[in-house]
Formats: sequence, C-alpha cells, structure tokens
Amino acid sequence: MTAPSAGAVSDRLTGLVAALRAHGVRIGTGETVDAAQAVAALGLADRELLREGLAATLLHGTGQRQVFDPVFDLYFPRGVGGPDGESADREDLRERLASALASGDQALMAGLAAEAVDGLGGYGASPGSDGWSSYQTLDRLRPQTLLARVRDDIRARSGGPEFADRLLDDEIRRRIEVFRGLVAAEARRRVAERRGRDEIARRAVAPTADRVDFLFAGKAQLAELRRTVQPLARKLATRLAARRRRAARGSIDLRRTLRGSLSTGGVPMRPVLRRRRPARPELVLLCDVSGSVSGFSDFTMLLVQALHDQFSKVRVFAFVNRIDEVTGLLVHGAADPEGLGARIRAEATLTGWHGSSDYGVALGEFAERHENAVGPRTTVFVLGDARTNMSDPNLPALRHIAERARRTYWLNPEQRSQWGTGDSAAPAYAGLVDMHECRTARQLGTLVTRLLPV
Amino acid sequence: MFTSVDDVSARLAATGYLASPAVATTVFLADRLGKPLLVEGPAGVGKTELAKAVAEVAGARLVRLQCYEGVDESRALYEWNHAKQLLRISAGRDETWDETRTDIFSEEFLLTRPLLTAIRGDDPKVLLIDETDKADIEVEGLLLEVLSDFQVTVPELGTITATRRPFVVLTSNASRELSEALRRRCLFLHIGFPDEELERRIVRLKVPGLDAALAESVVRVVGALRAMDLRKVPSVAETIDWAHTLLALGADTLDETVVRDSMGVLLKHQDDVLKAAAKLDLDAV
Repeated sequence: MTAPSAGAVSDRLTGLVAALRAHGVRIGTGETVDAAQAVAALGLADRELLREGLAATLLHGTGQRQVFDPVFDLYFPRGVGGPDGESADREDLRERLASALASGDQALMAGLAAEAVDGLGGYGASPGSDGWSSYQTLDRLRPQTLLARVRDDIRARSGGPEFADRLLDDEIRRRIEVFRGLVAAEARRRVAERRGRDEIARRAVAPTADRVDFLFAGKAQLAELRRTVQPLARKLATRLAARRRRAARGSIDLRRTLRGSLSTGGVPMRPVLRRRRPARPELVLLCDVSGSVSGFSDFTMLLVQALHDQFSKVRVFAFVNRIDEVTGLLVHGAADPEGLGARIRAEATLTGWHGSSDYGVALGEFAERHENAVGPRTTVFVLGDARTNMSDPNLPALRHIAERARRTYWLNPEQRSQWGTGDSAAPAYAGLVDMHECRTARQLGTLVTRLLPV
Repeated sequence: MFTSVDDVSARLAATGYLASPAVATTVFLADRLGKPLLVEGPAGVGKTELAKAVAEVAGARLVRLQCYEGVDESRALYEWNHAKQLLRISAGRDETWDETRTDIFSEEFLLTRPLLTAIRGDDPKVLLIDETDKADIEVEGLLLEVLSDFQVTVPELGTITATRRPFVVLTSNASRELSEALRRRCLFLHIGFPDEELERRIVRLKVPGLDAALAESVVRVVGALRAMDLRKVPSVAETIDWAHTLLALGADTLDETVVRDSMGVLLKHQDDVLKAAAKLDLDAV
C-alpha cells in the first residue's frame, strides 16, 4: 500500500464511521478521534492490525463485529482492481481451490476468491464488466462439489486413520463456507470500486441478526437468532428482576401512614409502604405457527421458555386454524430448538380441513376449550400477523379472553403501515387489545422488558 | 510501556500468555491511548489471565476489584475507619472540637479500597475490575469518574487525581448489558475462542508432556464440539483440562473408549454429552 496523505486517511475513516452509523452502530465523535489516534499509533502497514485497532476503538459490543468486518473491507480494501495476468479457467481454478482447501491456507483461498470473481463473476456487456456477482461466481465454480476430492486428498496425505478424521467432512465444509464468504467480500469490493463505496456499504452489508425482520429472515439468520435466545433471556431476566425490586419497594400506603401518624400527633413520621403480594405472574402464549410467521413465533416461544423460571406458570398454545397446547413439547424442545417448529406441526392438532391460518376459529376454540387457562393473574400474549384469510375475525372470542385475563397484548411482526391492508384484521383486534409492532429481535427485547408482568 | 504490537505479543508470550493479534493490538492501543480496556467473551478464554499477564510484563502491582451483586462505594472506593476515629476522639479528651475534626478526617483514618488504591501512589499498577456485569448499575456510575479522569472525590479530603495512570482492565460475561456511558470510555475487546493454530500452541504450552499429534486431534475435536449447538460449549480452560486428563490417562491417540471416558471433562450437561456422542459416532454412553 502506498502511503496516502493524512487527509485521505481521515476521509476514509469518517466515511467508515458514517457507514457504520447507517447500520445502527452508535459511534460518537470521541470514538472517531480515538480511532484516528489508533491509526496513527499502528500505522497503515499491516491491514489486520488496523482492522483490530479500529474495531477496538469504534465498537462497543460483540454483535457489531459482523457489520464492521464487511464495511472495513470496503473502506480499507485489500487491493485495487482485479488480479494481474490472464483470468484463469474454471477447471484450473477448481484444481487449485481443492489443494488450498486441503491445506486450509487462508491467504491462498483469498487469492483464489479474487481470481474466481474476476474470471467467473463478471456480467454485463461493457469491456471489463458492469458488475460482479458472488452468486454467479459460486454457481459456476461449485466449491461444494469439491468435498469428496478434498477429503481423499487429506486422507492420502496423512498417515493411518485417526480418531479426529471422522470430523473431516465438517471441517472441509466449514472451510468451503469461509471461501464463500471470501468470494462475497471480493465481489462487494469490486462492485464498490465501480458504483461508489458509500452506497454498497449501506446496501450490500447484512444487518445484525437482532435487526433483521422476522418475516424476511433467511434460514441462517433464524439459526443465528436462535443462538441469541439464551443470552437475551439472561439479560431480560436481570432487567425483570430489577423492575421487580423497584416494584417491591412499592408506593406509600396513605391510609396506613396516616393511621400510624396518630401516635405522633398527626405528623407522619414513618411512611408505611404498600405491601406486595409475592405472587409470580402467569403467562399464556397464543402463537400463530403458520408458515408466514413461524420464524417469529418459534423465536418468541423459545425466549419465553428460557424465561420460564420468572413465572409461576407458562402455558403455550399454538394454532393455525385449530388450537392445541404445546407447553410439553417446548420444555423438551429447549435441547433441540431447530426441530421445534417441525415437531409442533407434527405432534399437535393445528389444522382442520385446510392449511391456512384462521384466527377466528382458533380464538373461538381457545375461548371454549381452554378458558380455564386464563384467570385474573394471567397475562395473555397473542403472536401473529392477524391475517385471517378473509374469514370472520371472531372479535367476541378475543374480547372474552381479554376480559378474563389481567392483561392481553398482541405482538404483530408486520410493519404498522401494513396493518389493515388485504386480509389483515389487525385494526379490529387492536381495538380490543394492545397491539404492538414487533418486527425484530431487538424490538421484541424492549417489548418484553416493558410488557411482561412482574 | 510497549513499543509495538509485536513487542506486546512477544512479552506476553514470555509470561505464558499467548495472545491473538486482536488481543495484542488492543492491549497495545490501551497502553498508547491510556484508555481502559473492556474485555468480553465466554467463560474460560483467559480474560482475567490477560490482566495478570499484563501486570507481570509491566512489573506492576495487580489491584483487583471483584464485583458482585451489592458491591458498593465502601467496598470499591474508600471507607472511613470508624472504630479508629472513635478511639482517636476518646484519646484526645481535652482537645477542642475543631482540632479533632480536622484530625479524624485525615489520610490516617482512610481505608482505601481497590479503586482508590489503584489511583494513589507512584508505582505502576494494573487495575482489574472483574465481572463488571455482576455489579449493580449504580456502581457503574461510580466507575465513570475513575475511568475517564482517573480521579476520586472524597468530600472531606478533596479530589485525588492519579499521578500515574494505572492500566485498567474490565471483564464482563455479558450477563447484563453494560451501560453505553461505560462502554464509550473503554476500548472494547471481544476474546472469542482461539483459532486452531493458536489453540494448539496454547495446549502445547500449558501441557508440555502431550504428544504433538494428540494435541492436534484434541483441538480438532474441541473445534467440532464448538461448532455444534450445545448448552455449554467447551472453552479453552476445558481444552487444557482435557489435555491434562489424557496425559494422566496415558493415552497416546484418541479412540472411542478414551473419548467416551473423559467426555465429562469437556461437557458439563448430560444432553450435551449425548449429542456429542452421536456426532462423534461413539457407541451409546
């Protein structure tokens, strides 16, 4: 890297900070100044040191790192332009990739990713190319089909069979995943050179898992969300405990304070606090688990299950157009969160004659058959998008449930502006119970702290 | 204290702490910029060890504040020695009140707690605030003054400012989200699980008797377990324990029996053990 002028580096740095801010990372001016000092202390010679130095000064939490790394790659790229020399053909690339995967050499893999994007990823008509696509590169290169070849390679190289060799397939798969990440980063870098860094940094870098919309989250993102259930639950539990402590200190009981003040001539010397009944609240969850919102309800169910020791009783009901209790499935499901959704759909009676969700029938059935689950100490959460597929929303059933319960809330994973469009009965339900927009894990976290009873 | 990042790695390694580039860079910057270092990460990856190693490298005294729920000003900052003050008052009976008052609030009657200890004096110190997330949120407010300006205000004595800034390390297991104000004052370092190569070096360093090939297998198995969805994934501490166990069992290579018998060292939940056994093709445990 040639030594750039001081102005260029500080522009680069503020650009990086702006891009991170656009992704919701909160960075103050003080941190930016620290980052500049870090650059001065570390120099620009070693890119990885620079990366760590900037991460240490700019970031405040673990989750922000996965946004930071791709953005850093755009603002402080590994190089400029494509690799030198002829673009390699597909077979040759696969050959060299296989040996790089076998040796697990990261630097070699990065070089191959650059060559692959250059040779296979370009599209468009103009000389050079209009853009580069990681999808197209990987589709033509098919690194996943190298698995068997790499395995045989490594087997042949090492001596006798070893215990750890049974893990070989997974290890190679992980290396291929790394290579896919490298290709994606390289394609982003090439595109950014053509279209402008700022735009690509804003648009092409995936947000952190807790800011992904439940409704649009992919499989990998949902898996990542599931891993955050336990830490999130722990965090929420401490927040709930703090709220409970504050509530236990309680408010002043005016009647008893005045009564006590009689002995001191009417001067209230000793305030008497209202005593709280030490009853743990009960929780009932009604979850729509139909395809459209299952990601959201699965996550929420797991979260509530992880929080179960905060409540005296948690009961979870799932529905599509019939309703059934799944509390038992959930208790055992904690060990295997991935299969939870499938197991619920397999073992509980959730559908009648058709497979689409029907809130009216499900709520009616709940009010009729499981009425006793709801009492004056119960808080009811309904989870779903309130899309009834044009059938009767059955408002009296929900009203009946809300009247029996202490509190009733509805968490809707749809954007508020979508409520009431098409077959959504959200406004009608929102007239009866508190309805909250809950699109991301972050929103869910704040809602849970605010709404859960203590 | 340090001249370069490589210098940090080399000198930490000399004390038996193998630092990843991320750790070395951040330690170097914390020293250069004079900012506290907030270290997060799973249990057993060497967060507390890092502070000890830095103290050893710098030839500094390690002052440790262990946080717990209910830790307060008098445990963290300072306290007046009431018993001694009473003795002093009863000893000097014929003094005027003004003399006594100025005397009993002097340094002699001040019990310094870790935060104040770290700030006073001219010798180099490393202040370790361990498990910051366990402390109540009020204590964070207390830390803010100490960490941003390295000063403590005692109403009777005035403000005490550090003549020599200590190197501060805060650790957290993220059981509670630390406040933004505290995070902003610190450099942030997340110590995750080390990569295979580094972990192999750590195992070789901590368990010198272990065969190189076996160490490699150990690290690979642990790496595979970490990729699984377990309730408690094994940490570096568990890897080292396992290596010690294998050494004690006299195993030369890994095989089903050895792994099955020693799995309890790595995994602490029965569900996890069953899952791992299925993954590693062990026969039913």
